Amino acid sequence: MRAAAVLLALAAAPPVLEGLDAGFWVVTLSRALIFAIAAMALQFVLGRGGLVCFGFAAFMGIGAYAVGVAYANGVEDALVAFPLAMLAAGGFAALTGLAALRTRGVHFIMITLAFGQMAYFAVTALSAYGGDDGMTLWTRSTLGGFGWIEGRWPLYYACLGAAAATWALLRALGASRFGRVIDGARQNPGRMAALGFDVRRAQLAAYALSGALGGLAGALLANHAEYVSPAYMSWHRSGELIVMVVLGGAASLGGAGFGALVVVALEEVLAGWTQHWRIAMGLIVLAVALFARDGLAGTLTGALARLRR
Amino acid sequence: MSLTLLAVQALNGLQLGLLLFLIAAGLTLVFGVMDFINLAHGAQYMTGAYLAVFFYGHTGHFGAALALALLAALALGLVLEALVWRRLYDRPHLDQVLATFGVILILTEGARALFGPSPLSLPRPEILSGAVPLMAGLNYPVWRLAIIAAGLAAALGLWLMVARTRLGMQVRAGADDAAMIGALGVDVARLFRAVFGLGAMLAGFAGVMAAPVLAVEPDMGDGVLILAFVVIVIGGVGSIRGAFIAALMVGLVDTLGRSLSTDVARLFLSPAAANDAGPAVASMLVYVLMAAVLFARPQGLFPARAG
Repeated sequence: MRAAAVLLALAAAPPVLEGLDAGFWVVTLSRALIFAIAAMALQFVLGRGGLVCFGFAAFMGIGAYAVGVAYANGVEDALVAFPLAMLAAGGFAALTGLAALRTRGVHFIMITLAFGQMAYFAVTALSAYGGDDGMTLWTRSTLGGFGWIEGRWPLYYACLGAAAATWALLRALGASRFGRVIDGARQNPGRMAALGFDVRRAQLAAYALSGALGGLAGALLANHAEYVSPAYMSWHRSGELIVMVVLGGAASLGGAGFGALVVVALEEVLAGWTQHWRIAMGLIVLAVALFARDGLAGTLTGALARLRR
Repeated sequence: MSLTLLAVQALNGLQLGLLLFLIAAGLTLVFGVMDFINLAHGAQYMTGAYLAVFFYGHTGHFGAALALALLAALALGLVLEALVWRRLYDRPHLDQVLATFGVILILTEGARALFGPSPLSLPRPEILSGAVPLMAGLNYPVWRLAIIAAGLAAALGLWLMVARTRLGMQVRAGADDAAMIGALGVDVARLFRAVFGLGAMLAGFAGVMAAPVLAVEPDMGDGVLILAFVVIVIGGVGSIRGAFIAALMVGLVDTLGRSLSTDVARLFLSPAAANDAGPAVASMLVYVLMAAVLFARPQGLFPARAG
């Protein structure tokens, strides 16, 4: 019910914004939806799985580079580039997850950071594809030769569709037996193993899936910016993604997506007010961490529930 | 690659390693004793460098600037502890990450707002400027030797403190089981404050020492923070000895890797490919080192917490 209302509101946003003479917000909102995809994918491993991945930006970056490299080799079709992006990012997640899932807690945070940094430095060495400077994509991905996401609105609706599909997929998986195993592995891995579940295999599958969805977000980001650069993979970006998830509410999928929308929108609004907007952003992040224990979504839901009573 | 160059790079690596140790020591104590992830530690290092530049501008004397900057870094650490950290000790790591990330944004942008985005520099003290001949054809800057000496002195002091004093005993016991020493009557709140203050001063000190050789800029703490985390994870969380050895390893691997990797890559690759791959591989080396250590010994080399 609530999800349908959110989807309807987001679908109605472009004409409304255009009517309010604020059409550029459609571009910002597309970017926010892309980060919402990434944040929801991260929430699946971080919130549900209890695996704090500090290298998620690498998945997005690999997805973006897959689109960029395909483009530089003359392949512009989304039907090739997008699956390639998801496969590459998911494959990277599966491979690094094999090693990373041997560790726990803060060591998992650090080893995922290490793999993220390796990916970052690897793409800076790709001088055929721009090296440090990155590369510009002169057109967006096509569909059978047709420029299906040229222009603000088509790209926006593509992002919205991808975000809705990601939400639906992760929600269904979360409610499934697989999701319960991931949940249980966070709460008590020993007991899950004793019940006969292969905990590490389930976590690896979740991690690879999360990486593949990160690749999808990256492929969209490359199309949105029409540019690909190593900066997409910096550890800063990984930190920001964690902030989006925790700020919105790490306990729920919707909270993570909401956190991404809030962070991207706040950046835009605050940057319009002052050049030193990061101070205000820092204060907001700090206040949420100190006072809103379940993130913004948790606090809002709690407040709504109290109002209804 | 001549022997002289290798010697210079080894000294530079040692210097980077000791600088990293100063930062990682505070981080690993805070992490080990309080189980608190302080992402803002790098920003506190940055603040130390800016404070030194600020006080040098007002006093014109390096020693005075150093002393004032240390005091101010300590004050900042205690204020942050009282206002923010204290509320987060018994909260999940993710809340700590979120809060300290917020503090990074505030400190970094605050420095940019107050001092401008362009890099500043701090002159070396008169007596320690210049270079000394170490061997034939090798003049090495005195200040870099001073960093090495200061790092070694701090390491020795810390080791004496941790191994020989009552506070050090409480720190070691706290790293093992903080709740238990609280039950035994140690004032844990005071211990936490002391450890935070010490860590803040060490980070500030590292910032002051680094200011004359590195550019003082708002995001100078970012890369250092990540390297310091690499150090404490390799060394084993909470262990000063582990941090010391891991810091030297990271400093030497990073510095020597950067100067040797292109030459090594040329043995296997065409010169053009080697010029690409060399620097990238060099930047990756410390992370490869960390991943390898974690793979073989998931608790790090010298874990402070048994089991």
